[in-house]
Amino acid sequence: MAEFLQLVFSGLTVGAVYALVALGFTLIYNASDVINFAQGDFVMIGGMGTVFLTAAGLALPVAAFIAIVAAVMVGLALHRFAIQPARGASPVALIMITIGASIFIRGVAQIVFDKQFHSLPAFSGSDPIHLGGATILPQSLWVMGGALVVVAGLYAFLEHTLLGKAVLATAANRLAARLVGINVTVILALAFGVSAAIGAVAGILVTPITLTRFDVGTLFALKGFAAAMLGGMGNPLGAVVGGLLIGLLETFGAGYLSSTYKDAVAFVAILLVLLFMPRGLFGGRSVERV
Amino acid sequence: MLVALLRSRLAALLLLAAIMALFPLIAPSAFYLRVAALVWIFALAALGLTILMGYAGQVSLGHAGFLGLGAYGVAIGPAHLGLPPLLSLVLAAALAGLIAYLVGRPILRLKGYYLAIATLGFGMILALVFNSESAVTGGPDGMAVARMTVLGWRITGALNWYWVSAGALLVGAWLALNLQASPSGRALRALHDSEVAAAGVGVNVAAKKLSAFVIGAVYAAFAGGLLASLNGLITPEASSFMQSIELVAMVIIGGLGSVFGAVVGAAFLVVLPQALTAFQEYEQAVLGLLIMVFMIFLPDGIVPTIRRWLLERLS
Amino acid sequence: MGTSPTGRWMLRAAALAAALSVSALTSASFAADPIKIGSVVSATGPAAFLGDPEARTLKLYVEELNKKGGLLGRPVELILYDDGGDANKARTFATRLVEDDKVVAVAGGTSTGGTMAMIPVFEDAKIPFVSFAGGIEIIDPVRAFVFKTPHTDKTACQKIFEDMKARGFTKVGLISGTDGFGKSMRAQCLKVVKDYNITIVADESYGATDSDMTPQLNKIKNTAGLQAVLNPGFGQGPAIVTRNYAQLGIAVPLYQSHGVASKSFIDLAGPAANGVRLPAPALLVADKLADGDPQKPVVAAYKGSYEAATAQPVSTFGGYAFDGIQLVVQAIEKAKSADPQKIRDALEATKGYVGVTGIYTMSPTDHLGLGTDSFRMLEIKNGDWALAPAAK
Repeated sequence: MAEFLQLVFSGLTVGAVYALVALGFTLIYNASDVINFAQGDFVMIGGMGTVFLTAAGLALPVAAFIAIVAAVMVGLALHRFAIQPARGASPVALIMITIGASIFIRGVAQIVFDKQFHSLPAFSGSDPIHLGGATILPQSLWVMGGALVVVAGLYAFLEHTLLGKAVLATAANRLAARLVGINVTVILALAFGVSAAIGAVAGILVTPITLTRFDVGTLFALKGFAAAMLGGMGNPLGAVVGGLLIGLLETFGAGYLSSTYKDAVAFVAILLVLLFMPRGLFGGRSVERV
Repeated sequence: MLVALLRSRLAALLLLAAIMALFPLIAPSAFYLRVAALVWIFALAALGLTILMGYAGQVSLGHAGFLGLGAYGVAIGPAHLGLPPLLSLVLAAALAGLIAYLVGRPILRLKGYYLAIATLGFGMILALVFNSESAVTGGPDGMAVARMTVLGWRITGALNWYWVSAGALLVGAWLALNLQASPSGRALRALHDSEVAAAGVGVNVAAKKLSAFVIGAVYAAFAGGLLASLNGLITPEASSFMQSIELVAMVIIGGLGSVFGAVVGAAFLVVLPQALTAFQEYEQAVLGLLIMVFMIFLPDGIVPTIRRWLLERLS
Repeated sequence: MGTSPTGRWMLRAAALAAALSVSALTSASFAADPIKIGSVVSATGPAAFLGDPEARTLKLYVEELNKKGGLLGRPVELILYDDGGDANKARTFATRLVEDDKVVAVAGGTSTGGTMAMIPVFEDAKIPFVSFAGGIEIIDPVRAFVFKTPHTDKTACQKIFEDMKARGFTKVGLISGTDGFGKSMRAQCLKVVKDYNITIVADESYGATDSDMTPQLNKIKNTAGLQAVLNPGFGQGPAIVTRNYAQLGIAVPLYQSHGVASKSFIDLAGPAANGVRLPAPALLVADKLADGDPQKPVVAAYKGSYEAATAQPVSTFGGYAFDGIQLVVQAIEKAKSADPQKIRDALEATKGYVGVTGIYTMSPTDHLGLGTDSFRMLEIKNGDWALAPAAK
C-alpha cells in the first residue's frame, strides 16, 4: 500500500507539470488552431532564467518574476514574428514553424545560458513529509498547489472577465468574434503570452525536483502534447486530467512493469488515442476523417 | 527548347548523373567524396519524404525511425542472424515498408496533422527501442556494421562508396520521376491539391496516401542501410527526433515534391555543420531560423521556386 | 513589397558563400608551419555538459602552450570540431581532419559512440588518437593507434567493490542509468563482482532523462539484507537518485560512479549528497592532497587556470581532455618530431606521466595506463569532497 501511495505522489507531481504544459497547448490551440511545439521551451526559460538570475544575485521571487516576463516576451515574439506572418498556412506548416521556433529557442538558450544541468533550492526545504508510509517532498506540494492555482486562475479569467470571454469567443468562432468587434490579433497574442507564463511557472515550480537544462523543453512539449491529445485537444479540463493521467501511467509503468520504457508511455498513449479515440477522453474539437 | 528541358524528367536525371560523374574530378580529397556520399544518401531519404510531403501532402515527423530500421537491419542481419549484408538491407527495407503499411493504414484515415503526430510518436518509440534493447542493438553506444558486399565485392574506400550511393540515388530518382509522371503520381498530386476533388474523380484517397507513406519508408530504410554500411557503425541518434526534423527541413528547404529539391536540401543540411565550423555553437539556432524562414516566406523551397522563375522568364 | 523569391534565394546563397569563406579564412590564419593537432568533441547537443569543458580545456591549453613558445619551436594549431553528439558527424569531421586538415595527432571523442565511429578513420590513416571517452571497448582489444585517458568503468567497479569489501558489505543493490555509460558500467560491475565476495541482490534501472526514481528505489529499499547501493550513471540521473534516496530515508551507504565526479553533482544533489562515496581522480580534491603527492602541482595548476578562465568549477571531463592533449604534446616533445608514427610510438612508451586524472604508464598491451590506484575513494562531507578514510 505504501508503495502504491509513493507511486501516486510521484505520478501526480510530474503529472501536474504535464497538465500545465498541456493547458498551454490547449489555450493556443483554441485561440488559433496552432499546435505550439515551443510550449516546452517556455518551461525551460522559466527554470533556466530563474537559475541564472538567482546566481546573479537576485532574490528568488524577483528572479522568478523576471523569468516569467522573459518567457512571455518570447511567446509574444513567437506569435508576432513566426505565427502571424504565416497566417493562412496549413496546419502542418504551422507545426513545422513552431518546431523550428523550438529549435531556435534551444539553440539560443545554449549560448545565452550554458550547457550544464542546474537546480533551484526547494521553496520550503527538502525534508520529506511522511504520509501513510510514503514520503512526499514539500516541493511536490508546491507543484501541485501551484498547478491548482493556475488552473483556477485561468478558469476564473476565461469565465468571469470580459477579456477572458473574448478569448472564448475567438476560440469558438474567429470570424464571428471579429464581427462583434473583438481584436482577434490581440487575443491571439494574449493567448501566446498567457501560455508562455503558464509554462514558465511550471518550469520554476518543478526545477527544484527535476533539474533543468537548455534542452529539457522538447520532452516536456511532447509529453504535454500527449496529455492534451489524451484529454481531447482543445478541452482544458481534458488537458489537466490528461496530464495527471500520463504522469500516473508513467510512474506506475516504471514501478510495476519496466522502467526502461517509461518515456514510451506518453508516445504509446498518442498512438492509442489516435487509433481508438481521436477525440480524446473528454472530446476535443472534431477530428476529420477521410 | 530550354523550357522543354526544364520540364523534362529525363533532362533532370541526366543533369544529376552529370553532376555525380564530374564531382570526383574536382574533389580535392576523400573528405569531399565522403561529404558527397552523405549528401546522396540523405537525398535518398529526403526523396522518400518529399514523395510523401510533396506529392501526397502529408508529413512524417518520425521518418528517421525508418532510416534507423534500415540501418539496424543491416547491422543486426549479419551479426545476429548470419544473413549476408545486401539481403539484410533488402529485408530491412521490406520490413520498413510493412511497418509503414500497418501503422499508416489506420492513421491515414485521419486528416491533416494527425499523421504528423502519429509518426512523431512512432519515431520516438522506435528510437527508444534502438536505445534500450542493448542485447540486440548495442544500446546507446550503437553497434558495428559488417562491410557491405555486392555479388562478392566488398565496398570500401571513399570513392567506391561515392559511386554506390550516387548510383542508389540515381535509381531512386529515376523511380520517383517515373512515379511523378504515372497515373499514380498524378493521382497523388491531385490529392495534394484537394482530397475532396480527387475523391470526386475516383482517386482512392486513403490507398494513395498509404502508398506514398510506404514508398517514403522504403526509401528511408535503404538510405539508412547505406549510411550504416558506409560508417561501419550505427548509433540510436540516427533515428532521433532531431534527425527526423532535419529530414523534413531538407524537404522544406530544397522544395516539396521536387527530386532536385531533395538533393539540394540534403546538400544544404549535410554541408551546414561543415561550413559553420567556426560558429558551430550557432548551428541549432541557425537551423531553427532556417526552418521558420522557409516555412513562412518560401514554403515551396529553393528548387521549385527557381524552376518557376526560370519558366516565367523564358515563356 | 520586398525582394522577389529569386532575390531572397540569391541573398541566401550569398550568405552561405560568405559563411564558407569566413570559415576558410579563420582556419588559414596561422603562419609559420604549425603543428596541427585535431579534435572532435560534442560541445553542443545532449552530451554538451561533457564536451563543453573538454573544448574549453583544449583551447585554453593550446593558447597557454603557444604563449610559452609552442612545441619544438613551432606554434601548435588546434583544429577543433563539434559533432553535436552525432556519431555520423564525428566520423565526417574525423575524415576532414585526416584528409583536409592533415593533422598529425588527434585528442578528442567525447562519447564512446563517437569514438568508435572515428577509430577506423584514424587507424586507416595511421594517425595517433587519444580518446576522452569511457567505454572499455576503445582499448580492449588494443589498437595500435588508439589510446584513451579516462579510467575504464571496470576499474571504477573494482575500486568501489574493494571499498565495499573492506567495510564488510556482501549484499549490494544496483540502480543504473540506461545511458551508454551507466549500461556499460553495470555490465562491467556484474562481471567482476564475484571477485569481491559480493552478491547483487537488486538490479533496477532508470531512463537518462527521468526525473523521479522513487519507484525503483522503493523496490531496492524493501530488499532483504541490503547493505549498500551502487548507482552507475552520469548526468542528472545520479543527482536525482541521490535526492530520492534521502527522501525515502534509505539508511545504507550509497556509492556513485566516477561519472558524477564534478562539483555540479554536489550542487544538484544538495544536502542528500553528504555521506555518498565515489571513486574519483585527484583533480577533485586538489586542495586536500598531501604536500608530497606527485599529482598535487599538476592538479592545482590546471584547476587554477581553468577556473580563472571559465568561471566554472573544474570537472573531470575537462581533466580527461587536459591529460589527453598533454599526452600528445609530451609525446611530440619526446619524439622530437611531428611524424604521426613517431608520436604514436612515444605515446605507447609513456611512463609515469603525471596527469590530473592519474599517473599514466602505457605499454603495447595497455593503451590506458591507469590502475585502481589512480582512483581516490572520496566521500562527500559538508557539501565538499573529502578523502574517504582508507580501507582497512
